[in-house]
Amino acid sequence: MNFLANTWVGAWLEGLGRVALLAKEAFASMLRRKIEWRDLLYQVYFMGVKSQSVVLITGAFTGMVLGAQTYFQFHKVKMDTATLAVVSVSMCSELGPVLTGLMVAGRVGAAIAAELGTMRVTEQIDALRTLATHPVDYLVVPRLIAAHIALPILTAEAIAVGIGAGYLVGVHLLDIDPTYSWYNMLKYTQTSDLAVGLIKSFIYGGIVALIGCYKGMNCSGGAEGVGRATTESVVYSSITILVANFFLTLSLGAIIHSL
Amino acid sequence: MIEVRDLEKSFGPQKVLSGVSFRIETGESVVIIGRSGCGKSVLLKHVIGLLKPDAGQVFIEGENIVPMDERELLRVRSRFGMLFQGAALFDSMTVAENVGFAFRHNLKLTPAEIRQKVASALDVVDLPGIENKSPSELSGGMKKRVGLARAIVYQPEIILYDEPTTGLDPLAADSIDQLILRVRDRFNVTSVVVTHDMRSARRVGQRILMLHEKRIFAAGTPEEIFNSKDPFVHRFIEGVSDPKEPDF
Repeated sequence: MNFLANTWVGAWLEGLGRVALLAKEAFASMLRRKIEWRDLLYQVYFMGVKSQSVVLITGAFTGMVLGAQTYFQFHKVKMDTATLAVVSVSMCSELGPVLTGLMVAGRVGAAIAAELGTMRVTEQIDALRTLATHPVDYLVVPRLIAAHIALPILTAEAIAVGIGAGYLVGVHLLDIDPTYSWYNMLKYTQTSDLAVGLIKSFIYGGIVALIGCYKGMNCSGGAEGVGRATTESVVYSSITILVANFFLTLSLGAIIHSL
Repeated sequence: MIEVRDLEKSFGPQKVLSGVSFRIETGESVVIIGRSGCGKSVLLKHVIGLLKPDAGQVFIEGENIVPMDERELLRVRSRFGMLFQGAALFDSMTVAENVGFAFRHNLKLTPAEIRQKVASALDVVDLPGIENKSPSELSGGMKKRVGLARAIVYQPEIILYDEPTTGLDPLAADSIDQLILRVRDRFNVTSVVVTHDMRSARRVGQRILMLHEKRIFAAGTPEEIFNSKDPFVHRFIEGVSDPKEPDF
């Protein structure tokens, strides 16, 4: 087994273990310690409000292109009015949470890693520790809670805007019948589809915040190290979201069907 | 009382400290000198538990801090104040928020009392009235003074200084030395100063420890160290490199 420790597999497993320990420490701190409300509010503002434009644009254009592409295929078999149902189900359970997660990983995950990485290399994190403050309580917990709050709200917005944009393209540009489209959308979109999307986005919030914090707090080597931590934070968060999405789709689907 | 016993530390294959032992009494002012990169700052970070040694013990008032986890260490660290090499001010906060950081969960103090404590700490470091400035508006010397104000505001028993005069002009360096002495005398604290500035070492140290070849190479009063007959200590004090063995 020793040879594994020196390979990238070993490094990857070690990193995974450290993120898991950080998550354990953060959730334990969340339950036991006093939450820094001021920092939490600021982080919700930074992650949620400031990410809105990028998330809404992503949601809108995804909804539009999905609507158009679905129409082009369905039109061949005279199923035009099912277009909006496909857009709605896809946006609710898959595209909404995944695309929001990826966009937030790029915007917020990078910012977290860069900020904490700079604090690390300029000894500000050590200074926190000498002032009898646990870095997890002060830096990680507000960001983690804020991401858990912001991601589901952003996802809900992306879903709504995506469906709205798909409707506009389908009805006003491609002349699909609006009444049947609306009826089919409501008929085929279950509450569980939306619930799956929001549960996923809650989990992706945790992934983005934890990986960003972990990469930032463990970076080394000055400006180059901060740059590397930022890049790795975005890459690892994005890959983790995509991999987790597959397993969440299967497991949440199985849970919902068993209910 | 601070006691370090047989401390060892490596970073990867590179051994930095090996068999470092010393003892610092309460109220004493000790300077640790040594060449750049010899492990002085690493040693200082072991004293406050920011780094874990590979072997050895660190006792603070008789309590071994090496086996403690981060949460237990927070309790021990409340006895300490530390001034970092680059001051390490929180750049997202104002000077007042930096200096008053330690009180932000202290419910016994009203905001007015905290403001009062911050103002008097800034007074001690000769920087009154700069509460609302941000760290980016301050010069290197001012940052170190604010860092010192942040370290003394809650009146710790031990203050650690990591290269307090490095990168400062001689006048600013002298005023930092004066401050270290003023803080020591006013608050009766134990001071541990890491430096390679010999003028500063002579001025602030009651005792000097020299770190060389991964261990405490020489120890004594400033007079003993400055009059040492050991060739390396002498060369270091005088700042003379050996042409046969270029030291870089």
